Amino acid sequence: MSLSELVRGIAARAEPGEQVEAYAAHSVDTDVKVFEGAVEEMAVAESGGVGVRVVVGGRMGYAWAGSLEPDLVDAVLDEARDNARFAAPDEWNDLPTADDARAVPVADLDLWRDELASVPTTDKVALALALEKTALGLDARVRGVESASYGDAAMESAVASSLGVEATSRRTVCSCTVSALAGEGDGTRTGYGFSVGRTLADLDPEAAARDAIDRSTRLLGAAPVSSRRVPVIFDPLVTRSLLGILGAALNGEAMNKGRTMFLGRDGEQVAAPDVTLVDDPTDARAYGAAPFDAEGLPTRRNDLVVDGVLRGFLHNTSTGRRAGPGTTGSAVRGGYASPPGVGARALVLAPGAKTPEEILTLVGDAFYVQSVSGLHSGTNPVSGDFSLGAEGLLVRGGALAEPVREVTIASTVPRMLLDVLEVGSDLTWLPGAAAGVTLLVAEMALSGV
Amino acid sequence: MIAPDVVERTLAAALARGGDFAEVFAEDRASVSARLDDGRVEELVSGRSRGAGIRVVRGETTGFAHTADLSESGLATAAAAAAAASTEAGAPVRVAALPGRATGAHGPSAMVLPESVSKDAKVALLQRADAAARERSGSIRQVSAAYADGRRRILVANSDGVFAEDDQVRTRFMVTCVAEGDTGLHTGTEAPGRTVGFELFDDIEPESVARIAADRALTLLKARPAPSGRLPVVLERGAGGVLFHEACGHGLEADLVRRDASVFRNRVGEAVASPLVTLVDDGTFGHEWGSFAIDDEGTPARRNVLIEDGVLTDYMWDLVRSRAAGRPSSGNGRRETYRHLPMVRMTNTYLLPGATDPDDIIAGTEYGLYCVALGGGQVNTATGDFVFGVTEAYLIENGEITEPVRAAQLIGNGSDALRQVDAVGNDFDTWAGTCGKEGQGVPVSSGQPTLRVAELTVGGTAA
Repeated sequence: MSLSELVRGIAARAEPGEQVEAYAAHSVDTDVKVFEGAVEEMAVAESGGVGVRVVVGGRMGYAWAGSLEPDLVDAVLDEARDNARFAAPDEWNDLPTADDARAVPVADLDLWRDELASVPTTDKVALALALEKTALGLDARVRGVESASYGDAAMESAVASSLGVEATSRRTVCSCTVSALAGEGDGTRTGYGFSVGRTLADLDPEAAARDAIDRSTRLLGAAPVSSRRVPVIFDPLVTRSLLGILGAALNGEAMNKGRTMFLGRDGEQVAAPDVTLVDDPTDARAYGAAPFDAEGLPTRRNDLVVDGVLRGFLHNTSTGRRAGPGTTGSAVRGGYASPPGVGARALVLAPGAKTPEEILTLVGDAFYVQSVSGLHSGTNPVSGDFSLGAEGLLVRGGALAEPVREVTIASTVPRMLLDVLEVGSDLTWLPGAAAGVTLLVAEMALSGV
Repeated sequence: MIAPDVVERTLAAALARGGDFAEVFAEDRASVSARLDDGRVEELVSGRSRGAGIRVVRGETTGFAHTADLSESGLATAAAAAAAASTEAGAPVRVAALPGRATGAHGPSAMVLPESVSKDAKVALLQRADAAARERSGSIRQVSAAYADGRRRILVANSDGVFAEDDQVRTRFMVTCVAEGDTGLHTGTEAPGRTVGFELFDDIEPESVARIAADRALTLLKARPAPSGRLPVVLERGAGGVLFHEACGHGLEADLVRRDASVFRNRVGEAVASPLVTLVDDGTFGHEWGSFAIDDEGTPARRNVLIEDGVLTDYMWDLVRSRAAGRPSSGNGRRETYRHLPMVRMTNTYLLPGATDPDDIIAGTEYGLYCVALGGGQVNTATGDFVFGVTEAYLIENGEITEPVRAAQLIGNGSDALRQVDAVGNDFDTWAGTCGKEGQGVPVSSGQPTLRVAELTVGGTAA
């Protein structure tokens, strides 16, 4: 039975007065890890599962099975039905309708590559081995490779509801990642590099190895510096992480519950005029691109901040109805084991005109942040206060200078957005729900020794 | 879950193309979670998952496959796939013999099984927590509460003759409160969890969990921005174990040591910490969140001393790493589900208490930070550099705890922090959490007495 037949079959079992939505997913994965020139782990696996949402009188129940085995799948609907009895009724808890599904056109996205299935396993192993070898050979200061790996997945999913919503989508992804160790003993620095694509031929393991080497070797000799207030330049990878915080703060569910720093700021200037932020899952270049959201509605481009002005929040059907504007096609789920929530898939900051090199020359002295840590523990999504561990390099006279570690940078998200001086021209598509770009912020508090 | 003769034939099939070791890991898990927000029960979710992972080790290469189909033919297909995967590196063929079975089955870790308790009773706990949090203060604007239970039955059989079963039941309760005041909105959380069933609530009342979370949020209303700089940091009992888990524990995992991604490599027998520090990982520790009878490779849980009086005594081991080193596993081979390969993981990791009265530690600190709760953290095991968010902390001034501070990160290096422990209290407490490593999350706990680290970098937001 196909996934769409499976979910249609479950939705068709809805009883009068009951709304039923079924979601099923199936994935075929290959993962290769190599170490010191040999295959350390090789896993080939197929997995799937189903999740069912039932709404009766505004009460929602959910159940799932991490399996497509018939006996487990069959039990899910009854369990979801039973769970609905215990939830409080909520007038906004209706499932999306067939009209909702027709409200916007479905993006024509080509996210599947048949050829990935025909790539022999030996080619995947060879790529991972070559990746490790390249990383070891590029720089004498690299003493080892902590990990080198290749992974791919061919994923399919289907949604069907008793209200007539039906959607299927499929995509392939593959990636290689490498982590390099440079220096000795207490002076060891690590650097991470990767390449992603939809099939093996898209990958650039050389570039991944070079990134890992650059990022580890340029931090050799890093030390804390004295506390100061400085302009800060974020590496594209760091910008991606910060956009993740913004995406969470622009979540309609958080807004409905008053848990966001942007509450009631719709239409206000929340960022510098150069800042335009969109979430556009219909852009096939985005790693999170998808034609349908987790409720089976077509995704669309959503303008969140335009020229620094807050334009709206992301919504699924329930949060959008409660807030007024309706869904933005932004339902997401962490797989079949959770009911649809709300989230960004493809956040992009509109790139500016200056290259990263030009941005460096704009500032005399600054702190170039290569990586941050403690993002979740260090950020208050409600107040926007944040304090993050950081490593990177000082910028002197427009050039990267001495490496820095064991410092923190602190500000608030609202303050940082208003302080953006430049968005780089180097838009970089990255895995995750946001793209990267170099970002220059006027001033932050760096604390060190 | 699977009949012994089927297991036997599956292992034989896994080794049909040669191999040094084969294993069948079968798992059946059921979970229920319920969430309340703004006084309303928003959702009750139940889940079920069942399947088996099969691995074949040939030389240095591990081949792995899994299946949700526990029939003999489903297992045979997965065994063949794992065997094929293990041959990718072309290691020489050697077939391990299949010896007789040393069997052992452990009963459930719960007295009151979750499935024996009505959903009504589970949901009622949430309402009690909500009421108690709101009673605490009119400044509490939002309360969310969550209940979660999980029962995980596992069967492990391997070509070394192991055939073992365990029945792991865990229950957790979480309350998060948002308080509003002049300084904005602030969040407080408390989330106790143990390897038990519904009897968790004989010991832990939802009301008391709610009050802790509420008070944490209310305290932040009065807090001023934390200072920055290098300061003495006193970690209250229970609050700081997670720091040692992250900053030291991971570096003592034998797989990371083998990858040269640990500052503790080749240092067994050396002083790596203050003589006041004894660090233990103990999967047998009561019904703590990281406890079990057998690990996910069938090895019985053990208490392992990692650092004794400051001297590094041993690493933590799984089967693959311990076989390569010619020694027994330490019972630290764990995996998130049957779809994952096991690797070296911590269980309950804690520093043993010392002799000092905690009050004397505070009194002996001129100026510093007193941490009552830490949020998540992150560590680079290859360098030992760590960062931790502080969720409840106070200043220590002239030997006394004075005002609360907010928005601070602790940043430092695991080796440095271990050497800088200069006072260890005679009290103790633990903390439950989920440890993530290479994309797999497993339940762990950490613990420690009240202790002082002579100097850590505190990154606050005070001007």
